[in-house]
Amino acid sequence: MKQPNASLGKDLVGLETLSAEQILTVLNTAEPFKEISERRIKKVPVLRGKTIVNLFFEASTRTLVSFEFAEKRLSADTVNISSSGSSVAKGETLVDTARNLEAMRIDMVVVRHGSSGAAKFLAERIPSNVINAGDGSHEHPTQALLDMLTIRDHFGKIEGLKVCLVGDILHSRVARSNIFGLLTLGAEVAVCGPKTLLPLGIAELGVTVFSRIEEAVQWADVLNVLRLQLERMEAGYLPSLREYNQVWGVSQARLDQAPKDLLILHPGPMNRGVEIDSDVADGPHAMILQQVTNGVAVRMAVLYLLSGGAPDTAEAAKEGAEV
Amino acid sequence: MSRPLLIRGGRVVDPSQSVDDLRDVLVVDGVVAQIGNGIDPPEGAREIDARGLVVTPGLIDVHVHLREPGGEHRETIATGAKAAAAGGFTAVCAMPNTDPVVDDPAGVGFVIAQGAAAGAARVYPLGAISVGQEGKQLAAIGEMFEAGAVGITDDGNPVMDSGLMRRALDYAQAFGIPVADHPEDLGLSGAGVMNEGVVATRLGLHGKPNASEDVHIVRDLMLADLTGGRIHLQHVSTAYGVEAIRRAKTRGVRVTAEATPHHLLLTEERVEGFDTDAKMNPPLRASVDREAVREGLADGTLDVFASDHAPHHYDEKEQAFADAPNGIVGLETALGLGLTYLVGEGLIDLATLIQRMSVGPAEAFGLPGGTLVPGSAGDVTIINLDEAWTVDRDGFLSKSRNTPFHGWDLKGRACYTIVGGAVVWEADRS
Repeated sequence: MKQPNASLGKDLVGLETLSAEQILTVLNTAEPFKEISERRIKKVPVLRGKTIVNLFFEASTRTLVSFEFAEKRLSADTVNISSSGSSVAKGETLVDTARNLEAMRIDMVVVRHGSSGAAKFLAERIPSNVINAGDGSHEHPTQALLDMLTIRDHFGKIEGLKVCLVGDILHSRVARSNIFGLLTLGAEVAVCGPKTLLPLGIAELGVTVFSRIEEAVQWADVLNVLRLQLERMEAGYLPSLREYNQVWGVSQARLDQAPKDLLILHPGPMNRGVEIDSDVADGPHAMILQQVTNGVAVRMAVLYLLSGGAPDTAEAAKEGAEV
Repeated sequence: MSRPLLIRGGRVVDPSQSVDDLRDVLVVDGVVAQIGNGIDPPEGAREIDARGLVVTPGLIDVHVHLREPGGEHRETIATGAKAAAAGGFTAVCAMPNTDPVVDDPAGVGFVIAQGAAAGAARVYPLGAISVGQEGKQLAAIGEMFEAGAVGITDDGNPVMDSGLMRRALDYAQAFGIPVADHPEDLGLSGAGVMNEGVVATRLGLHGKPNASEDVHIVRDLMLADLTGGRIHLQHVSTAYGVEAIRRAKTRGVRVTAEATPHHLLLTEERVEGFDTDAKMNPPLRASVDREAVREGLADGTLDVFASDHAPHHYDEKEQAFADAPNGIVGLETALGLGLTYLVGEGLIDLATLIQRMSVGPAEAFGLPGGTLVPGSAGDVTIINLDEAWTVDRDGFLSKSRNTPFHGWDLKGRACYTIVGGAVVWEADRS
């Protein structure tokens, strides 16, 4: 098969608008980047001289650290800006913040923002490459890419697999990016959760809807278990976390009812005993730490491709060739 | 007194007296003096040659936000009144959700004074239903009426307390003014920023269901029925809402209702790409709702074509979708959109559009005008049906630019706007 080699364009805002070839280009490009993190000296000169700003308007540990490692292991110069204590907290608008960064001649912005559409908004207004690290309830494309890479590592393919997203679909950008990406690659996708947390019209996106976890377990090859934000209970979407765990929690006892072993993903951070029980999280089929490892490689691939790199020269770029 | 004005040879379309014919219209001392053929101009009269043009009662927009006091960076009463005149409106009703809220006679007097000073379209204030539009205590409705308020509304802040709404509908009857409501149940709207449905789901935006509007439309109809009061339902956007109003009218409930250009012409699809100029409240709905609003306007269930002119500074709209404010400007595009897309595409005829923009709104709020019957206010709009033009927001007289119709090609535009016999706006016809 011909190596997919499709440009991502200037930005990575979401997976909804990407073709299968573009997604596969990222996943395949991630492969040669995986081994960098296994080296004793974890640094290659791929992005030497590039300046990247990680602009995080929402708190994040995992995603920010993952991006920062990806950037630093590729030798980019990085600056992190978080909302507390910055000009953002002093009332500066999103567009002014971006323009000020742009005026310092940066190359890329990795942005997380609480409002859906914020990454696209930024991408349309500045010439730098923009990577969406999560915008509101809209998309979190690198998370879905690393989820898909982890699934492919295990099954050797994506097409034809049955993947069920479990939990708070309404507020989840991880869910939307996974739905768009997986459907584009030919997987079957389902969602499962309390109806209060399923957005209206979700089935029209082409997904199956399960109201009970027991049905999902019978159907799926992969469960991607979403974090349940504690605020959802206070906002009246659910009676209690205890009840959520009893009805929708992924426990080993439930998985034992499945006709086959299910691969278990979780984008983290986990609420053990709420959406996922410890025996599952620590069990042999949980890929949760593998996801984290793959996250660095996927983000390296995205940074490399957006900076103009070609998939077939990634190996050479790692050894210092100009891309 | 101003000079007499003779408008010669135009096609007079006056739905209030079922006229659609070539006539002259003479305005003397600010009132319509005569309508007929071959009228001799009084001495010193200004004459307008209206041959080839349409002459209608002055158009009225009963739903505009003029932002003054408190939001003068978005609009002032003067710029809004001038934008209204440029759009062919001889009168507008100013919403009271300013800062401070117009909830007392001093506020009403301020709006009237600023409107008079503008020397453009007439500005009729609406007062708040509740003090500060907080939904707790009735505002000084009687005093505001005495000061010149033509209705009351908490537009922008829906009246969530049905008991308060009932009392407003009871109390306002002593003054013969309608209670205008922005029908929305805030609990059902939740964190919604657009219509609930697959577009919102795909974009990851929270949705407002139709039910958040329908619940309050039905409530208001029940309360109008209970009290015998006059309810005016603002910017109706749902199929169920239109049907509920239609049924209530057959039962004799005293209800009038609005349709906006954007709910008649656009759907939720317009939000694709997170365009904040497609963000308004109520949100753009599904196409079945748009069709129902069109039918409602055509059959008279919706009495009034109103713009819900809602200026916002460009900085305020230049944000992520959920963070941007609701609303679009409409005074300078409403007539052209109506002529091009409602009349031009055959949904309604010209007389019906003029009816919904003149006598319909005048009757809903008990305003003078809306008719060219001799003795009525000398408010006249003269329209060139053949003028093709392109909406250019940078040319607006309004201070704000937030329109989803920028770049639309329209046909038909006001060329003279006449208030009390004085030309307050005249198109450059060179």
